Amino acid sequence: MSRRRLVLLRATDRKLLRDLRAMWLQALAIALVIGAGVSVHLLAVGMLSSLEQTRDAYYERHRFAHVWAPVVRAPENLMPRLRGIDGVQAVETRVRAPALFDLDDMSEPASGEVLSLPDGREPHVNRLYLAEGHLPAPGRRDEAVLLDSFAAAHGLEIGAQVRATIRGGRETLTVVGRAYSPEHVYAIAPGQLVPDDRLFGVAWMSREALGEMAGQGGAFNEAAIRLMRGVSEDAVIAALDALLAPYGAPGAYGREDQLSDAFLTSELEQLETMGAILPPIFLAVAAFLVNVVVARLIATERSAIGLMKAFGYSDRAVILHYLKFVAAIAAIGVAVGVAVGVWLGRGMAGLYADYYKFPFLVFQADARDYLLAIGVATLAVCGSAMISVRRAARLAPAEAMTPPPPPDYSRALGSRITAWTMLDQQSRMILRQITRWPGRAAFTAIGVATSGALLIGTLFFTDSMEVMTASYFNLANRYDLAASFVEPRGRTAYYSLAQAPGVVAAEPYRVVSARLRNGNREERAALTGAPPEAQLSRLLDSSGRSITPPPGGLVLSRDLAIKLDIAAGETLEIEITEGRRPTVHIPVARVVTTLIGSAATMEIEDLNALLREGPVVSGVNMIVDSSRLDALYADLKAAPGVAGVSLHRLAERNFRELMDQNMGRNILIYTGFAAVIAAGVVYNSVRISLAERERELASLRVLGFTRGEVSYILLGEIALLTVAALPAGALGGAALARFLASAMSSDLYRLPFIIRPGTFGFAGAVVLFVAAASGLIVRRRLDRIDIVAVLKTRE
Amino acid sequence: MATADAPLCFRTRRLTKIYGDGATAVHALRGVDLDLPEGEMIVLLGPSGSGKSTLLNILGGLDHATSGEFLFRGQDMSEAKQSALTRYRRRHVGFVFQFYNLMPSLTARENVALVTEIAEDPMTPEEALALVGLEARLDHFPAQLSGGEQQRVAIARAVAKRPEVLLCDEPTGALDSATGVRVLEALQTVNDQLNSTTLIITHNSGVADMAHRVVTFSDGRIGEVRQNAERTPPRELAW
Repeated sequence: MSRRRLVLLRATDRKLLRDLRAMWLQALAIALVIGAGVSVHLLAVGMLSSLEQTRDAYYERHRFAHVWAPVVRAPENLMPRLRGIDGVQAVETRVRAPALFDLDDMSEPASGEVLSLPDGREPHVNRLYLAEGHLPAPGRRDEAVLLDSFAAAHGLEIGAQVRATIRGGRETLTVVGRAYSPEHVYAIAPGQLVPDDRLFGVAWMSREALGEMAGQGGAFNEAAIRLMRGVSEDAVIAALDALLAPYGAPGAYGREDQLSDAFLTSELEQLETMGAILPPIFLAVAAFLVNVVVARLIATERSAIGLMKAFGYSDRAVILHYLKFVAAIAAIGVAVGVAVGVWLGRGMAGLYADYYKFPFLVFQADARDYLLAIGVATLAVCGSAMISVRRAARLAPAEAMTPPPPPDYSRALGSRITAWTMLDQQSRMILRQITRWPGRAAFTAIGVATSGALLIGTLFFTDSMEVMTASYFNLANRYDLAASFVEPRGRTAYYSLAQAPGVVAAEPYRVVSARLRNGNREERAALTGAPPEAQLSRLLDSSGRSITPPPGGLVLSRDLAIKLDIAAGETLEIEITEGRRPTVHIPVARVVTTLIGSAATMEIEDLNALLREGPVVSGVNMIVDSSRLDALYADLKAAPGVAGVSLHRLAERNFRELMDQNMGRNILIYTGFAAVIAAGVVYNSVRISLAERERELASLRVLGFTRGEVSYILLGEIALLTVAALPAGALGGAALARFLASAMSSDLYRLPFIIRPGTFGFAGAVVLFVAAASGLIVRRRLDRIDIVAVLKTRE
Repeated sequence: MATADAPLCFRTRRLTKIYGDGATAVHALRGVDLDLPEGEMIVLLGPSGSGKSTLLNILGGLDHATSGEFLFRGQDMSEAKQSALTRYRRRHVGFVFQFYNLMPSLTARENVALVTEIAEDPMTPEEALALVGLEARLDHFPAQLSGGEQQRVAIARAVAKRPEVLLCDEPTGALDSATGVRVLEALQTVNDQLNSTTLIITHNSGVADMAHRVVTFSDGRIGEVRQNAERTPPRELAW
């Protein structure tokens, strides 16, 4: 008995393998859609959890600070009082100074900073990960550890020398070590958008040595603090501000205002948003598609099911047989999805490692992520198969083996329209097929539309970023480079830079740190003073017109206005946290949308007046004759008062390179996924349609219809549905893009909701091409159809 | 109507058809010589696998012979290409099958119109359906028609283009006798009124009595060709 059952089982398994082989293309199309869902899911959640875990481990192990408290100069003996603040776990005081690096391998100066390390011990907060070499010896003015990415970009090995201007003093430093720092995971100069390893440098030196250079002997100008678990950051910041106010503290801040962590967090939030939106869409589409396709596939197996039952197979055995069949498809899909997901994840981790400097970053998805992807895929496939197989298995064998009665079209929807006499009969057949099975038609159309929508919803990023970049770099900020001074300087400093070699145009700016308040809402911001009718750095309204702050008024960016819950016409309380530290009330004249960064801008003379200072400036924006750049760079590097140089044109180039690189890759990935979905839907729809209507189509060939005419009936339907799906896909894509634009916008930048017509065109072309190709593959089958054989078999 | 000296509709010489090759080869036709005059009604008899369907498929341009000669109205069709065969079926041949093969999504009238729209000098769908007695069922879908009615729609569809040849493969095979008789009457009406050369394959030897000519097949060869001196109307056939 058991032996006979074994033999029978083997026969069904052989049938299963042969069925799979016979339908391999269909099975593959389904498997690939599942694979797309699984891989997008793994990629998104895996990348997110890899980055999060890496970040958390790195921050913890290297004691990344929670709060930074800058001051102008405070005595070291404040230390016990700092430590005594409630909730403070560890404090490290240090000296932090801006630096301009002068390197042999490039004419541009590299901006950056120098940070002190405690002499003779590891810091309690913000420990370095020393990749090679050793920490600077106590008191050595000439020893420095360099940020690994900066050293690598310039080929600076241990023992190499670097010239630097540190707070105006020229120093020559010897590289004694190369390190990673949790404070510089996203190593970026202020005002930049993407890291340029060559242009931003960080050096660590002995506390004693740097203290001397920066005029901070026995004192510090920044405290870095780690908090105890569960402590209110705001309370500690308030206590710090109270304690440090006499020492010129502009205000302590937490990780959300720490540049590197802010970028990293924003990236993770974006990944999380993407991970929360795209994979479920892909998995749902895959499940939906698989459900319908499997149901129709099994419907065509009706007589085989009847036959198996007639031979004495139980319902359970029949169901199991088909479950195995679809489980095999699901297994292929999951395997492909996991492989592609992990492969893409590794590639993506590599890209992240280029921009986010972790000492270690490995793409690793949790077992939970794998299980979820596999579970959803399996459930989708087997669940739908279960329903349709049970329906088929419920039929009595004799009934299942007889062909189903001809479908009754008299009850189809819209029979009046399809009876319209102008139609030829083939077109009528197409329309009736759609109106008779509206659910199927809708499925096909929805599947195609989803493919288009996903494509538009992802490609829109390119358009949005392009607008954002153009607005920021070409319209709002038109200068080539900006130089900032170590301390505010008189107008003469501006005039001397304006007359420096190669400078074609120059405009000064003044910037101070401030706290903006409205009621109980408070935001830290940089308050900028701009010259009237500024041309080089402007604020623009939504139609691109330049906005000038009116005398005595303030222009505020929309993100700040929203956070402060303030509108134009209302008055804002501003506490300037530098110098005399006045608190003033200033009316908000305009609120403007800035795509990158925030802005609180007023006229430079108003700001000077508020601060009761003379006509001083913080820095100068310049347009430069590119042929004389080198001379200008040499001047800037030699100028003692220049703290940093922001190379705006280079920043733009870097940003565009990054965009092209990432976008090109993303376009490829998402186009691939969308194509897989479109192909899966169209190929299976047409292929099953052919299986169901083979007899009808063969009959038409017998009646003397040409291959082309018969193909028209088969492919006309899918063509009509695809064309109908395009506008739906465009709308869906626009809705997705709109949602993503707001979901992905952060404090750092706001994605405008803009889709170029070309993007719609590209998405439409991809969908049409894939649909046409899938249809034509089936058409080749139709061309080879054996008319006589089809007519001989009874359904 | 038909006479022995009428011009030939079909002429075949040494016609063979072999499916497969080597040890598994099946000889469906083993050298068939046949002359069929225009306008006759011919019944092909024979057991399953005797080659009659194969011959019908070749004469209808659905299949190629392996060797031998096949002429339609004096024109050699043996070497015709796919496109030529499609044209041949479209212009000259009407088919009726055991299982009707109607388009379920089209009404009776539209099923006929499907063919009249691509024919050169067709009758109207209404005329064709009247010929088979279905003028009252014009706007019914196949699912709303009985088997006999569906088969008569199939006949109307086959004859609406006024074909020179009407090929019927077991047209009454799926029908009860009363319905079968109505279908045979329809075929006879068409043969009488349109003068289409009509070939009918059947297992039912009684049907042979309504033909001008009866061709009996066995084992891929023609066993006997006889002409009926007297034709029996379908209603009086022994079923």
